Amino acid sequence: MNPAVLIASIYVFVLAAFLGYQVISRVPPLLHTPLMSATNAISGISLIGSIVIAGAHHTQLSTILGFVAVTTATVNVVGGFGITDRMLKMFQKRQQQKAVQK
Amino acid sequence: MSPAHYFIEATYLLASVFFVLGLKAMSHPETARRGMFLAEAGMLAAIIGTLMHHEIVSYQWIIAGLVIGSIVGALMAIWVPMTAMPQRTALSHAFGALAAALVGIAEYTIRGSSMGGITLGALGLEVMLGSLTTTGSLVAAGKLQGVLRGTPIQFKGQHIVNLVLFSATVGSFVYVLLHPAAAAAFFLMVGLATVFGVMLVIPIGSADMPVVMSLLNSYAGLAASATGFVLSNNVLIIAGTLDGFSGLILSVLMCRAMNRSITNVLFGGFGAVAAVAANADGTMREINLEDAAVQLAYANRVIFIPGYGLATAQAQHAVRELGDLLEHRGVTVKYAIHPVAGRMPGHMNVLLAEANIPYSSLYEMEQINPEFPSTDVAVVIGANDVVNPDARDNPKSPIAGMPILEADRAKSVIVLKRGQGRGFSGLENPLFYKPVTAMLYGDAKNSLTQLTQAVQHA
Repeated sequence: MNPAVLIASIYVFVLAAFLGYQVISRVPPLLHTPLMSATNAISGISLIGSIVIAGAHHTQLSTILGFVAVTTATVNVVGGFGITDRMLKMFQKRQQQKAVQK
Repeated sequence: MSPAHYFIEATYLLASVFFVLGLKAMSHPETARRGMFLAEAGMLAAIIGTLMHHEIVSYQWIIAGLVIGSIVGALMAIWVPMTAMPQRTALSHAFGALAAALVGIAEYTIRGSSMGGITLGALGLEVMLGSLTTTGSLVAAGKLQGVLRGTPIQFKGQHIVNLVLFSATVGSFVYVLLHPAAAAAFFLMVGLATVFGVMLVIPIGSADMPVVMSLLNSYAGLAASATGFVLSNNVLIIAGTLDGFSGLILSVLMCRAMNRSITNVLFGGFGAVAAVAANADGTMREINLEDAAVQLAYANRVIFIPGYGLATAQAQHAVRELGDLLEHRGVTVKYAIHPVAGRMPGHMNVLLAEANIPYSSLYEMEQINPEFPSTDVAVVIGANDVVNPDARDNPKSPIAGMPILEADRAKSVIVLKRGQGRGFSGLENPLFYKPVTAMLYGDAKNSLTQLTQAVQHA
């Protein structure tokens, strides 16, 4: 890695950390469980690294590792977003709830 | 740069923006769902972009992995009950961390010996964090599911063993940095980190799981972020860092809600020691269903305080039925949620939301505490430490200083409890011995259902 790329990456890291702090401190405790499963799904982004390795055929070993990584990361992404949505659907206001019951 | 390359980078930029917008929308339950659709769209864009990557020569393994992973993930999303949310989340951390670790190991086997020091350093961090999070999360999931014993597992010399393990892991990491071609040292590091992950979580009791879950969440994110450094990929850095900091913020909040430091949670082995002197004298007063029902039916204000016992008894629907009935009779019903009630941050909110309780009835600790003195009945359902007045009154208590829900200030208290045993922390709870407190023993769900019937006749 050349130093210019490293420095740019550190910038991205630090700014993302600040942004994350600002955005996430505003999430109310009410939604902390969905928050955790959502950020967990988002960190399933390692999927994109796995995809390249699974498809590049460097060695047999790397392809197998890549395949397993694609599988587990996909479980994380699909399962994580799926369950986050299922949870968020349940958080209802009073009026909506009355409407559902009718 | 080829046009495909620009396209890929554009999808990554889009994904990064959408992830941030998605998390920002989480600040309110009304916008949260829409925000998640954005995040999902961002993820999809990043995946489509990646499929154009020039190094990819065949798609069979990619498609196989995507299909299998989607099926397993979808099944998990649909079938897992809300009460099992902590286990599922822990398992999910394990999957995410495993993917990051495997990507790192694969990268090392492909071009490890020709890597520069910085890349190799990032790769080492990625693999270490990934491996220890994988096994740590699996142990946490096992404890939460009840496959493993929930109490802290401790032995003599544990700290020394851990210290040696940690030094050995870091030692082999440094060796790999100095000798990039030393594959044996690299795999030794992976193995040691894997064992270290187990050792890190086994001494921690079930009641401290909210902190552990948040920390593992953070590690999984930081592992993904380190992957981004290895691959010089910004979307990985951004998404991983967002996850890492989210977990970190939650761990701090959880620790604060217990008035303990992170080191105390991780190495304190809390809950292993029982028999601590408490201000708990006298006898517990038992109450029968009819009397409890009358008390509730003719109250003006009732506050329900759910704890982990509500989740184990799957009593969320039963409490809603009772609450609805009371509201129908003109009783003001509120729900008080302690930040560390349950086994993960926000656990109780999700359960009560599942039972269709509107979120406007759920109150945080700071909001509800001033209301207890004017409350006729506080109903404690399977909660213990979070309502233990010793935390406030007894400086010698192991939980001294932990902010509590002040149920003891209510005019009367009904405690729904399975039996006379102590809570997970093993502490006596003076609240149970107070004259205003009455105990209703039995399975929470059963008791609540019977209470509802009794209130109907009251």
